[in-house]
Amino acid sequence: MIHFVLLVSRQGKVRLTKWYSPYSQKERTKVIRELTGLILTRGPKLCNFVEWRGYRVVYKRYASLYFCMCIDQDDNELEVLEIIHHYVETLDRYFGSVCELDLIFNFHKAYYILDELLLAGELQEPSKKIVARLIAGQDSLVEAAKEEANSISNIIAQATK
Amino acid sequence: MGSQGGFGQSKEFLDLVKSIGEARSKSEEDRIILREIETLKRRIVEPDIPKRKMKEYIIRLVYVEMLGHDASFGYIQAVKMTHDDTLLLKRTGYLAVTLFLNEDHDLIILIVNTIQKDLKSDNYVVVCAALGAVCRLINEETIPAVLPQVVELLGHQKEAVRKKAVMALHRFYQKSPSTVSHLISNFRKKLCDSDPGVMGATLCPLFDLITVDVKSYKDLVVSFVSILKQVAERRLPKSYDYHQMPAPFIQIKLLKILGLLGNGDKHASEQMYTVLGDLMRKCDTSTNIGNAILYECICCISSIYPNPKLLEAAAEVISKFLKVGLFFEVVVLCNLYLFCYKIVMLLNVQSDNHNLKYMGIDALGRLIKLSPDVAEQHQLAVIDCLEDPDDTLKRKTFELLQKMTKSSNVEVIVDRMIDYMISINDFHYKTEIASRCVELAEQFAPSNHWFILTMNKVFEHAGDLVNIKVAHNLMRLIAEGFGEDDDTADSQLRSSAVESYLRIVTEPKLPSAFLQVICWVLGEYGTADRKYSASYITGKLCDIAEAYSSDETVKAYAITSLMKIYAVEIAARRRLDILPECQSLIEELAASHSTDLQQRAYELQAVVGLDAHAVESIMPSDASCEDIEINALLPFLDSYVQQSLQNGAQPYIPEDERSGAIGISNLSNQGLSESSTHGLKFEAYEMPKPPVPSRPPHPVSHVSSELVPVPEPSYSRETQFSPPNLPVSSSSAELKLRLDGVQKKWGKPSYSSTQSSSSGYSSSAANGASQLESAAPSTSQPRESYKDLKKVEVEISSEKQKLAASLFGGSMKSEKRTSTSHRASKGSNHSTEKSSVLKSSAASIDETKIPQLLPDLLDLGELAPPSTVAASVDPFMQLEGLLDQKEIISSGSSAVIDSSNKVPDIVSLYSELHVGGQSSQTTLSPLSSNGSDSINLKRTVSGGSAQATKGPNLKEALEKDALVRQMGVNPTTRNPNLFKDLLG
Repeated sequence: MIHFVLLVSRQGKVRLTKWYSPYSQKERTKVIRELTGLILTRGPKLCNFVEWRGYRVVYKRYASLYFCMCIDQDDNELEVLEIIHHYVETLDRYFGSVCELDLIFNFHKAYYILDELLLAGELQEPSKKIVARLIAGQDSLVEAAKEEANSISNIIAQATK
Repeated sequence: MGSQGGFGQSKEFLDLVKSIGEARSKSEEDRIILREIETLKRRIVEPDIPKRKMKEYIIRLVYVEMLGHDASFGYIQAVKMTHDDTLLLKRTGYLAVTLFLNEDHDLIILIVNTIQKDLKSDNYVVVCAALGAVCRLINEETIPAVLPQVVELLGHQKEAVRKKAVMALHRFYQKSPSTVSHLISNFRKKLCDSDPGVMGATLCPLFDLITVDVKSYKDLVVSFVSILKQVAERRLPKSYDYHQMPAPFIQIKLLKILGLLGNGDKHASEQMYTVLGDLMRKCDTSTNIGNAILYECICCISSIYPNPKLLEAAAEVISKFLKVGLFFEVVVLCNLYLFCYKIVMLLNVQSDNHNLKYMGIDALGRLIKLSPDVAEQHQLAVIDCLEDPDDTLKRKTFELLQKMTKSSNVEVIVDRMIDYMISINDFHYKTEIASRCVELAEQFAPSNHWFILTMNKVFEHAGDLVNIKVAHNLMRLIAEGFGEDDDTADSQLRSSAVESYLRIVTEPKLPSAFLQVICWVLGEYGTADRKYSASYITGKLCDIAEAYSSDETVKAYAITSLMKIYAVEIAARRRLDILPECQSLIEELAASHSTDLQQRAYELQAVVGLDAHAVESIMPSDASCEDIEINALLPFLDSYVQQSLQNGAQPYIPEDERSGAIGISNLSNQGLSESSTHGLKFEAYEMPKPPVPSRPPHPVSHVSSELVPVPEPSYSRETQFSPPNLPVSSSSAELKLRLDGVQKKWGKPSYSSTQSSSSGYSSSAANGASQLESAAPSTSQPRESYKDLKKVEVEISSEKQKLAASLFGGSMKSEKRTSTSHRASKGSNHSTEKSSVLKSSAASIDETKIPQLLPDLLDLGELAPPSTVAASVDPFMQLEGLLDQKEIISSGSSAVIDSSNKVPDIVSLYSELHVGGQSSQTTLSPLSSNGSDSINLKRTVSGGSAQATKGPNLKEALEKDALVRQMGVNPTTRNPNLFKDLLG
């Protein structure tokens, strides 16, 4: 099971956090501090896994952004590495050549995508296409709802004029 | 798509994000966020906030919370937002609450109602959002409130909803298995769902269920095998492919389940052999995901019942990858060897890849349980990993070494571990490795002398991190010695211990547990061999007590040791000469705040005043080795009890038959853990659980074990080599309380307290002999092989080979008893073997790369070697030009090159292609939708040609840049990286 997902920049700035196991706010800060200290200092050629407090943390660097996932001891690390990549590819497909800036300003969208990919700490949808379709569907529904609301408010505004 | 409409937030928020992005330090960031929190606190309570504004506030709260600050003041607003009817707001509300709240938060109760309502919604997006919240927020108490609706949703027409409902049920099962125990059959049903996504999701709960109870799912083996087979045969829709592998995540989950089901079950395992063989054969070792599956296969195979049928399949795998006759002989050996060669490939073929090395070491660790000889073939690879600068790899290798430790190689391994332990600062891992060292040393120690030295090292560097029982065991070992009728060896051991401690004690900052051991040993044996005078030892003890004056336990040990030394001196009728610093220490402790220290000091003063005869009887020399016999049944009271019963007293009612009363046994070890169950309960009663194998109820016989004064060591210990400190109920050196006098009344009749004090060891030997005889032969044997080992080490020249021999060869020695010369030649064989493996594997890379050119290039995970890139340029060159002209990629279509695709695929291409593609039908004919995405293509294009025209990406980046600038945000100044493509 994935215990949390963490996106930090090379400078140690947090870009996204998602916790699937209960951690208090204090613990979260501590975890992030510990892990950034551990991961950001690692050399480029070392393996993408770190042992940490009896868990494994799998991380991968994309441009200046580190994607980290914390898993149990007996999970398949290579698989999780690919889950990370899967997420990045899905993001890429959604944003169109995604860059860190996209995630900074649209972190809530990154959350929506992550929620379609992982649920309760498990991979729920292994197909990029389906994730993309779901997100697109939600977006269009939301858009439709927005327009509807706008038109209603326009009508109201006109009526009250 | 997403960024087309701009970022959709107000300038204020963009400025916030921007200023955070440009903050130079954490404190600056904190300041900005605190200001933001103030603003939000003020704004959020204003009346009549427009809903869109509110939504942005919530998102800003999420941002604040994400950066590690407390946004709890706005939680209630997020909860309110989930009540909203507008989809947009509701979705934001759900996102926020799932990020803010934990399942035990008070506000959950306010959401449950909304969730209930939303689960019934006819808009599937709402239902999905609600199910997401269910997974995160519903706790044990609230499960019943939503359970019926979630179960109903298992039959929803939208597969996304069904999938999430399955996951929600899985979550319920994790939280409280009893609430959903009647619904488990649903998981079985959902396994046959028409949608692969739902089926994949169902594997998660099934895995959990099977972990708990294998037997009731044996019937599913056939289904799992057939699903796995279908997946491997690419029966699933193309969209599930990942890097050319058919639904790898589902495959891995299935393999995990099969591993569980086949564990120790020959019949079930037999059904899996074919599909496993197929998988191993089909797996593509050039991609990461292929290796992930391969690794999972090895895990599965090492878990299930091994069978020669697998041999053929595995042999095929080997021949496919190695394509050399080098390992031909292996085929006729055990199939396990085959898998280890597979691992060798992981280890060697791509030795630059640390991830694979890591997985290879892990896989080796799994196989070593089945066949201990496996590791020998990879000794050099393992040693490479051990000396790798990568900490993670090193730790994994230690894990492997621990599994292959024997009495012959324990010294090398433990030495290595200790060296590493000293070098690291990470407390968590230091504790772990220290306890591993102790465990190994206790199990396999070749000699007690070595054991003591090793323990000293462990204590010196990680003394505060190891279990205190380890210290007690060490003391007992020193006290009881080798377990042979050899007094001189024992006294040598002790004097060497004393000497080493006198040397160590001068070092600063020793851990408390170690100081306790030192004090105790000095007190018992410091003056035993007359090498050091009493005043010298007492002086040292005083130094310790003074240097660590804040540690009361150490002071208590020190003063008791002082007392022992003085007692020995008095008993030997030598002139007692108390150093002035000792005197002052005793006086200081007599006035201590700690009553324990006070009592010890007063006792010491009293003892010093007594005459020799009295001292001899209250403080007999070497009393620590005396056996205190405790008969838990207390038979000497029988007559008294009988008498009382006859006089009409109530018979004794065992504790577990009484109700409500707090028994005496609460004070004992077992009672401590149990005492919490007595008394008032503040929590609700637990739901009735299915009977889990738990600790047995305590019958009367249990009492006897409770009263044994020696606590059982918590770490596992082998019985084959039992050091003299095995917890036998009769040996009780540890409870060195003032029970000495008691023994006179209760102990063996043969016991005599007045033995000559100068030769006090004889008593220990006599007492120890009977219980230690059994251990004697086993202790002598490892020492023998240890000598052999030394010989081997001398003969092999290279340092690494030496290490290899001591790690791996040693085991050969003790078990197979081959001659050393043969050993040496074998060692050199390995080195040549390895180099040839490398060569041949390198050759096989080239060979395999070329036919697999396309998949390899399309892989994102690894950069293709330059040679293959050069060869691959041609097919892409034309396309590259094409891309520049038409910008197919920027239109977002998922086009990928796969010239090997068959004609029918072109049909799907048309349905997939967007407007941009239609004008170029003829040139696009090799293109087909393949489930992979556009970045693949970009990557290959940019990687394949030197000029690397990253046209579309650059353009998009510029567009984004322009957009950001329009909004007045300009983060590029500080951090140009922000614009870099993550996948670029």
